[in-house]
Amino acid sequence: METKSNETQQIAKSPSGFSIIWRELVRDKLALISLIFLILITVFVYGVSLILDQDEIVRVDLFSIHEPPGEEFILGTDYGGRDIFGQLIIGTRNSLSIGILVTIMTGVIGVIYGLVAGYFGGQIDNIMMRILDFFLILPFLMVVIVFVAIVPTYSVLSFSLIMTAFLWMGIARLIRSKALQEKELDYVQASKTLGSSNVKIMFTQVLPNITSLIIVTMTLNLAANIGLESGLSFLGFGFPESTPSLGTLLSYATNPQTLEYRWWIWVPASILILLLMLAIRNVGEALKRATDARQRRG
Amino acid sequence: MWKFTVRRILIMIPQIILLSVLVFIMAKMMPGDALSGMVDPNVDPERLDEIRENLGWNDPWHIQYADWVGGVFQGDLGQSFRFKMPVTEIIGQRIVNTFWLSVATLVFTYLISIPLGITSGRYNDSLLDQAITSYTYIGFATPLFIFALVMLWVFGFMLGWFPTSGSVAPGLEPGTFEYVMSKIYHLILPAFSMALITTVNTVQYLRSEIIDTKQKDFILTARAKGASESRVYNRHILRNSLLPIAAFFGFEITGLIGGTVFVENIFGYPGMGQLFLESITLRDYSVVTSVVLLFGIASILGALLSDIILSLVDPRIRIK
Repeated sequence: METKSNETQQIAKSPSGFSIIWRELVRDKLALISLIFLILITVFVYGVSLILDQDEIVRVDLFSIHEPPGEEFILGTDYGGRDIFGQLIIGTRNSLSIGILVTIMTGVIGVIYGLVAGYFGGQIDNIMMRILDFFLILPFLMVVIVFVAIVPTYSVLSFSLIMTAFLWMGIARLIRSKALQEKELDYVQASKTLGSSNVKIMFTQVLPNITSLIIVTMTLNLAANIGLESGLSFLGFGFPESTPSLGTLLSYATNPQTLEYRWWIWVPASILILLLMLAIRNVGEALKRATDARQRRG
Repeated sequence: MWKFTVRRILIMIPQIILLSVLVFIMAKMMPGDALSGMVDPNVDPERLDEIRENLGWNDPWHIQYADWVGGVFQGDLGQSFRFKMPVTEIIGQRIVNTFWLSVATLVFTYLISIPLGITSGRYNDSLLDQAITSYTYIGFATPLFIFALVMLWVFGFMLGWFPTSGSVAPGLEPGTFEYVMSKIYHLILPAFSMALITTVNTVQYLRSEIIDTKQKDFILTARAKGASESRVYNRHILRNSLLPIAAFFGFEITGLIGGTVFVENIFGYPGMGQLFLESITLRDYSVVTSVVLLFGIASILGALLSDIILSLVDPRIRIK
């Protein structure tokens, strides 16, 4: 779709992928605002957390437990006297990082799995889809919680690996159905006749043709993964307390006292999660429209 | 029809076997075994080894697996070391609460989503439709646990309209009218919170389904032969658009399972989800594996149900 070879450029200048996306974003003000918001918050969060010291923030300070927002602490403190504002910044950074990491890992696995199943089709596809169906049917939340609880050396990496192991199916299924359509097209047949190997056709010819779908799906997945991560951390099966995430801040609200009287601990984190997810989704929807000429506004 | 159903049920068998293997692997990976919680710490380790040997804990894995599966078929899910009683009994107490919570959530979901979906599809691009679409847009991005927390904060604590934990008021005799009313009263807020989020997909789907059907030729025919507007919608369009929604019913069950873990935890509702979280925190692993197994089977059955309904509704699937 958006891919261009040198030849076609000489014949007629079709708009490049980026200019189509840019036009779509400019037309959709909400998506543009969302994108700016996302860029600003990412730069801010990663920038500030370079200066902030994570160990400093998670250190318990018994003299300032449950301070309401004030001059010393912009957003108050939690039950350990830890600054909420600092935790919010580090938490957003951690949530974003793991969201991106899991999205990339599930993307890689899902794309390869889907391409192989869809491209070969037939019996291979049949077996691979049965395996996928099984993963899809598992009670995701419970299985992940069990693995988080029993894994011997628990770290951020093993957490994201566990999440990846049970989250690659959605994108794999999508890519597979697209690859099934794509392999019937003339260019694949032509390439086969010329003697290209299957691996070459799959990864250098079919893959570029479905990049737009991959980008859109991964953007939308990013929002979902951030939600899942914060949900797991909320239940206490995500990041450990020494590495705060947005969900960790929300988990303090399981204490009725905190929920009722200390809004400053959990309300900012909730709003931030909500804004992040809405913004990523807005950008994702705009990208989706940009990849489908019938839906474009620009 | 029967051919499809039989084939679909046959697919389920390897799924259940795979699930049981996965749960068994989980059980084996868990630190310690059932015995380390069951016996008194004063018994000397050699005697413990003997008991382990007698109970077959040192057998090769496939024999242990066969023993375990045999036990499950006879309704033996092991002993809970926290409650000191059979797991089946504990789950029996809790599953009733989760069952009613799920039923209430489903009722609310359909009560909300069907009218909203129909209104939104029938009067598409009107102001009302835009309001409903924005609700689905925001609802889609809101994680259930945040929404449930806000609902609990607003209606449970600030307004005090609903109880903030438990499944029934203490001191009531089971079976009495007050008891049943108290149960329902405790159900409303958690079920409603969950429904408002799960409903979003159905509303969106119903809306686009109605907008699609509206433009089909048979609707034009219905109008041409003079059917009234309400008849066109209630008889011709709805019948076509509601059927796929019915088919999603089974998949809703899978969604509910994840939801109950959050909602029961937030609203302090003593069901399976809460039991699961408590047990895993207290390392009561025989309960944990049993809950995962049961919920896994529930989602497999849910998917089966959906596929069968779908094949009834859409003949194209049966032929494949």
